[in-house]
Amino acid sequence: MKRDFLFYISIFFIVIVALSAIFAGYITPYDPYSINPNEILQPPSFHHLFGTDRIGRDLFTRMIFAGRISIEVSFIAVGISTVLGVFVGAISGYYGGIVDILLMRFTDVMLTFPVFFLILAVVVVLGPNILNVMFVIGLTSWMGIARIVRAEVLKIKNMGYVQAAKLLGKNDFYILTRHIIPNSLSPVIVYATLGVGAAILAESGLSFLGLGVQPPTASWGSILSEGKDVIEIGWWMSFFPGIVIFFTVLSFTVIGERFK
Amino acid sequence: MKAYFLKKILELVPTFFGITIIIFIVIHLAPGNPVNSMGTFNPNISQESLEHMKKLYHLNDPLYIQYLEWLHSFSNLDFGKSLVDGVGVTAKIAQRLPVTIGINVIVLVLSLIISIPIGIISALKKNSSTDKFFTLFVFSGYAMPSFWIALLLMILLSVKWHILPLSGLHSFNIKPGSFNYYIDLSKHLIIPVFIGVFGSLAGFSRYIRKEVIEVLEKDFIKMLYLRKISKKRILYIHALKNAMLPLVTILGLSIPALIGGSVIIESIFAIPGMGQLFYYSAMARDYPTIMGILTISTILTLLGNLIADISYALIDPRIKYS
Repeated sequence: MKRDFLFYISIFFIVIVALSAIFAGYITPYDPYSINPNEILQPPSFHHLFGTDRIGRDLFTRMIFAGRISIEVSFIAVGISTVLGVFVGAISGYYGGIVDILLMRFTDVMLTFPVFFLILAVVVVLGPNILNVMFVIGLTSWMGIARIVRAEVLKIKNMGYVQAAKLLGKNDFYILTRHIIPNSLSPVIVYATLGVGAAILAESGLSFLGLGVQPPTASWGSILSEGKDVIEIGWWMSFFPGIVIFFTVLSFTVIGERFK
Repeated sequence: MKAYFLKKILELVPTFFGITIIIFIVIHLAPGNPVNSMGTFNPNISQESLEHMKKLYHLNDPLYIQYLEWLHSFSNLDFGKSLVDGVGVTAKIAQRLPVTIGINVIVLVLSLIISIPIGIISALKKNSSTDKFFTLFVFSGYAMPSFWIALLLMILLSVKWHILPLSGLHSFNIKPGSFNYYIDLSKHLIIPVFIGVFGSLAGFSRYIRKEVIEVLEKDFIKMLYLRKISKKRILYIHALKNAMLPLVTILGLSIPALIGGSVIIESIFAIPGMGQLFYYSAMARDYPTIMGILTISTILTLLGNLIADISYALIDPRIKYS
């Protein structure tokens, strides 16, 4: 128990964040969008745990509603990159030969690329909105998973049960989906967990530059971005979003590393 | 050995074409082009002059023709003219590239100096409280949003306490070349470099930790223990040498992340580097500049990887047989 102290704290934190995002409407008496001119930029207090923003919205409320967006964006992005990575890795490892060479070459190309530049360019070109952000992050972060799955598949494909399935006349699709992919998934879970943290960072970076989710919808990154404009008169506006992003990413990293 | 280098260099060619084609397609298949957006923002512009502009920038040609034309100019190191101010893209980038490279080299060197001892100590004291402390420390660096810590440090150190300058690279009234000029420059660089280093510690130190742990469990190290060779000698001469080799590859692989990260850092601190230029160009849909920067940063990463591969082969004789 004592050895895994950090791990349990991380799990606890993620559960809290997830629950507050799910039950956002029941936790807070405020509305995330309602403007209150009488309570502009109030510092943290009992009534407003994280203070209020410059049009009087309760920051705590905005943060838990924004949590929905940040978590949604990162989970879907990781979902996309996991499916893509497993697909590329499994095909590459299973078939080998020229298919393997081409796919791995492409993976290397993507790995040597300053991906954040590409994300930025694509988001600017296609227009900044949640969908584009999710897809672009997902489509540019599958390479690690593809490599690890390929390595696993190379180990598995010569095992007895795969050979047996082949002798029984099962087709490649059956063998891949029933035997090979399920048995190579455990490292994928590690990478996906780490990926969630990375996706939250990428999304908040984009939103900070004004290229992520657009108002009135908010993510943690976009609230932080609003906060930077008033940082000298309202430190809480940038402090709380940052600390929440920080602990969330840290928790996912600790959990992922624990299973490595 | 020569064949190995040649192979590595030749491998770069398809990679280069692959990346530039991807970038080119991504940028050009998007709806809307800069000329059209000129039309939306300026209702007085005539259809004729829009057509003229499109012709001027070859926006009506099929995509592959545009790519071939781009390749042709690229072979002369000409990325065209910026759509924003008409200045040559190559000149623009050349002016800003040294800033970005300089900062990233400083960040890389400092990260290594700090993360190598952290990784080694963590490995030697695996699962101790020292190891856990370092792990938490480097993970914190990774998990902390760079723009957030940048804001906090700016507010505390520059605005509240006036210890460090707020942004940019130089103060206004400093004469270039003087001693104070360099002091001034270093002061401006402290916060951005600190943020870069703190963020890259995790990648390096965790990697070194893993390598050292693996090497210490190898048979030849156990043999050395049996031969009663001193622990220090085993560690410094045999184990570390073998554990440090793969670090070269990781260095090469870390370049893309560093260059990508410079967009945010340079935008926040108003540092006139390539990252900031990229941000401005992306916002203005300045295709030639976007394309130029993406190409240059691709070349930089490919060169970084090539240097990593070559130096790896030079220091590790086993490579040439594989």
